[in-house]
Amino acid sequence: MAIAANSMPKSTPWREFWAGARQTIPLIVGAIPFGIIFGTLAQSSGLSLAAAAAMSVCVFAGSSQFIALGLLGTSSPVGVIILTTLVVNLRHLLYSIGLVPYLQPLGAGWKAVLAFWLTDETFMVAIQRYRQPDSSSHKHWFQLGSALSMYGNWQLCTWLGLTLGQSIPNAANWGLDFAMVATFIGMTMPYLQTRPMVATVVVSGGTALLARSLPHQLGLMVAAIAGIATGMIVEDLTKPEE
Amino acid sequence: MSPTEWWLVSGMALVTFLIRYPALALSGRLKLPAKLLQALNYVPPAVLVAIVVPAIFVESGDLWFSWQNPRIVGAIVTVAIGLWRQNLLLTITVGMGAFLLWQLAV
Repeated sequence: MAIAANSMPKSTPWREFWAGARQTIPLIVGAIPFGIIFGTLAQSSGLSLAAAAAMSVCVFAGSSQFIALGLLGTSSPVGVIILTTLVVNLRHLLYSIGLVPYLQPLGAGWKAVLAFWLTDETFMVAIQRYRQPDSSSHKHWFQLGSALSMYGNWQLCTWLGLTLGQSIPNAANWGLDFAMVATFIGMTMPYLQTRPMVATVVVSGGTALLARSLPHQLGLMVAAIAGIATGMIVEDLTKPEE
Repeated sequence: MSPTEWWLVSGMALVTFLIRYPALALSGRLKLPAKLLQALNYVPPAVLVAIVVPAIFVESGDLWFSWQNPRIVGAIVTVAIGLWRQNLLLTITVGMGAFLLWQLAV
């Protein structure tokens, strides 16, 4: 499944920008229900309208925003919520290290901007673009297009949830959060072309189930690291002798 | 916004940015070892699956392996469509639809 565009005519910043936004559309569709539910749940968790909107504007990390709502509902202290945010979002450290080879030549402003807007979805779309063999020097514009369309959508959906969410009965209980599951499955499948990748996925998924009761979502990191290690071992084992 | 909310939002925003930014900020001076570059290839699928699998099979702390679980049916349909057609939008929307229908049916 090709997430990134296959062939582009001549690469210009704007062309890359729009291509990035366009390639992100399927992932935006998946994020819409997620954002609306966040807005809807925010008020029932006791967060004010301004704080919920500010969270989407300033934090912009969906799963940690959800977990924060859950913790607010159980009256957890602010320190605990911030610490949990740190753990849940640690995967973004892996993403930003993954982008280092491609963003190295950019200026500090670009790096800060692309870092702030780094999400699962934009990383998945952008990394495929960066790995394409063509020598375009505007590939970071592709990432910017993806990032801004995700960000705009997230603000819009948060706002919809905050305003209209209250008039939909039990909106949060419809299971619309399954959209996130479908999106993430769709993003994973293109990777499953090689034996090491399949091994990674099997071990990471199995470990995540076994480690599900670790506190503060630590199971996520444990599972990811186990999966990554497995993929590397299988790759080394199956490599033909040189 | 109350003072507590102010601390909450700025704290969350700060830690999130401090995760996303430093590797890029230092990237000019970083030379990544080959092993790390190899590991990075596996990051996206490993992380996505580690988020998704518990979201499918775990219900309030317990495993829920059953046809009654609409997330399992939705996930199977999503994977099937993904294998059949290499079209992300189709995969996501049909998977969503299957989940919602099954949830209504059971």
